[in-house]
Amino acid sequence: MFFAYFAGMLTVLSVLVVTRRNPVHSVLWMLVLFVHIAGLYLFLNAEFMAAIQIIVYAGAILVLFLFVIMLLDLKKDESVRKFQNQWFLGLVIGLIFMVVLVSTASKITVIPPLGEYSVDAIKSEGSMMTIGKILYTEYLLPFEIASLLLLVAIIGAVVLAKRRIE
Amino acid sequence: MVPLSWYIMLSAVMFSIGVFGFLARRNLIIIFMSIELMLNSVNISLVAFSHYLQSMRGQILVFFVIAVAAAEAAIGLAILIAYYKNNPTIKVDEITGLKG
Repeated sequence: MFFAYFAGMLTVLSVLVVTRRNPVHSVLWMLVLFVHIAGLYLFLNAEFMAAIQIIVYAGAILVLFLFVIMLLDLKKDESVRKFQNQWFLGLVIGLIFMVVLVSTASKITVIPPLGEYSVDAIKSEGSMMTIGKILYTEYLLPFEIASLLLLVAIIGAVVLAKRRIE
Repeated sequence: MVPLSWYIMLSAVMFSIGVFGFLARRNLIIIFMSIELMLNSVNISLVAFSHYLQSMRGQILVFFVIAVAAAEAAIGLAILIAYYKNNPTIKVDEITGLKG
């Protein structure tokens, strides 16, 4: 029942995001979409993921999109056509993707050798504690590389947006 | 209890909508948002796998995907602004600087 609501809303909101003419409307629909995705994560027992979904995606990335849209002053750009000439090809490719992926995904089942992090195990320790322990022991090197990646992104964004390319 | 395959199917549908938006829209900002949509649909399937297989790996991977998505959005939008300063358009079919 809850899943049906979330699935329907997520599908409708995704379509709304890619079909609105005004980019600001798209961003606002995407905000609603991200809040629903966070709800789905809570449903899947991933509280930390729900929190960073709201904080990082809704709080940082969407605000960045909104800033850029307002910085660019696109009033004159809202022309008659919102799709490219080859939009029908895009629709066909999207539908092929959907048919292939859904028909494959419908056969996925859980095969029993399960991991040690059951719902009760996570609940007894706390979601954040569990993730933190794994992240800082088993996945320490990828974590450091991610921090380096973010540093590169910060410097790159500043350099790119500041310089005028001749 | 909802079966795992339903979540993966939802994720597949959202991914396909993102592919359509990426291929069909003219506005470069909405193309970026379609990429974010695709990344999010993959995140849903990863969290679902993580929950149903009772392993934490899926959630760790989602953490890194979100970090990469943030970096990608920042760099992509910076390139967009740098381009817009020179040629004031963000319609992809009007960006023809590399066309011979």
